[in-house]
Amino acid sequence: MASQTALSVQKVTLPKALALDSGRELEGVEIAYETHGDLAEDKANAILIFHALTGDQFVASEHPVTGKPGWWERMVGPGKPIDTSRYHVICANVLGSCMGSTGPASTSPGGAPYGMDFPVITIRDMVRAQMALLDVLGIEKLHAIVGGSMGGMQALSCAANFPERTSRVLAIATTARHSAQNIAFHEVGRQAIMADPNWQGGAYYGGETPDKGLSVARMAAHITYLSEAGLTEKFGRRLQDRDAKSFGFDADFQVESYLRYQGITFTDRFDANSYLYITRAMDYFDLAEEAGGKLADALAGAKDTRFCLVSFDTDWLYTTADMREVVHALNAVAAPVSFVELSAPYGHDSFLLDVPALDRVVKGFIG
Amino acid sequence: MSTLRPDLAKIAANVPQGARVLDVGCGDGALMAELRDAKSVDARGIEIEAEEVEKAVARGLSVVQGDANRDIMDYPDAAFDVAILSQTLQTAQRPDFLLHQLLRIGRTAFVSFPNFAYWRMRMALLLGGKMPVVRHLPVTWYETKNIHHLTIHDFEDLADEMGIAIEDSWFFVGGREIGGSNANWRAEHAVFRLSR
Repeated sequence: MASQTALSVQKVTLPKALALDSGRELEGVEIAYETHGDLAEDKANAILIFHALTGDQFVASEHPVTGKPGWWERMVGPGKPIDTSRYHVICANVLGSCMGSTGPASTSPGGAPYGMDFPVITIRDMVRAQMALLDVLGIEKLHAIVGGSMGGMQALSCAANFPERTSRVLAIATTARHSAQNIAFHEVGRQAIMADPNWQGGAYYGGETPDKGLSVARMAAHITYLSEAGLTEKFGRRLQDRDAKSFGFDADFQVESYLRYQGITFTDRFDANSYLYITRAMDYFDLAEEAGGKLADALAGAKDTRFCLVSFDTDWLYTTADMREVVHALNAVAAPVSFVELSAPYGHDSFLLDVPALDRVVKGFIG
Repeated sequence: MSTLRPDLAKIAANVPQGARVLDVGCGDGALMAELRDAKSVDARGIEIEAEEVEKAVARGLSVVQGDANRDIMDYPDAAFDVAILSQTLQTAQRPDFLLHQLLRIGRTAFVSFPNFAYWRMRMALLLGGKMPVVRHLPVTWYETKNIHHLTIHDFEDLADEMGIAIEDSWFFVGGREIGGSNANWRAEHAVFRLSR
């Protein structure tokens, strides 16, 4: 990964140590964030967007490393479903990530990068850090919290642990618990990173970075974000820039070439250790477990919060069945909940792509 | 309220101000929106068709996509003041089970359904010898979602058997309300208010 030392992003340093689920504490936590739209005088028009595993705070503005547009510009902006001419949108880089918030690449109190000395964090720890950011910003109660994929996990965790901080929860293409299959795919990615000789037990900062391992991790994960039908339609068995198979191990097929490109470009903007820590946090996520095993108990405090849950019919990573468990739990506490399974061809990534029905649902729910 | 179907308008007119309401088979949420806007009702809905749910959510309503036959069991006892089942009873796998669930989660229930004993149905069956396709039940027998056709008398018998009290009833033909006399012969649609 390119050195982030030159990266200049908006951030705050949390005034108090952050107590973590592991029992450890982090001092001097920095949280990088971006905002769009004006905050009303009564501070009641704020919306917090939680980003996904490899996302960042650049939800609706150009990414400073890649130069690409914000990852959800189709959803967030003036006149968009999450309308920044009416709402003050906040998006913070999660704890453990690498776009300005404190993570394994950050300098530890000892003066060296944390590396593997960084504490293992949880989804709830990420949420705690962002609630602390809201405290710094003086925002007590949000109009809504919104997230897809890992962002949806944070939204559900926030609803369960800090129900007093939001009126609405919008969770898209997500789950209340990482399944064995989810964990298994992440483990493949982590093992790829740790098998890269450049990983060096995580102490690679200042030297060669484990790009090959991180690249393979991204390739494996990327498959889970797409539907089989989507892959077939996009690539089929078509060959890449050649008329015949090479009888070798170059990227003969378009799908191979595509995945290799996804892997390589990812290493330009992401830290391998962050990938380890964040996937671990997702694997540890089980909202029911936090409440003694019953999801309804975890969400009991949010019975007056309005929920909107959305799944996609082609998403096999976080399925409609996963989402229905959350719906059932919310019905059991008689919370005002909406749920819809939308039809879209793109698999898990549908939440980021052109699905007009999602726009209508988001706009209707946010108000 | 004039834009609502007559049976829905009748239900809307009889739901108390500010009630907690569950609309089972709520469609695009037309009744829920009316109740919210005109009566400050806290309305929730269940609907099986994704496109209808999407329309309802886009209206800012709380609607869950699901199969009422199964999902209604998730709600706690007495969670609602009013449970509504409009034009859905005849599509249920077990109408008796659904009725029981309605009055478990709601103190009061409104149920509306098409009356299979309406005189035109009887004549069509008697003279034509085929399953009637008429104005208020316009779908052929093989395409209809109505798997449990019933008459007003059938409903009254079931309510009696289940110990459900019929508190009020209204009858309609061609969108117009008619009196209750000989309704099983004269009415296309019926609306009942029930309690345990």
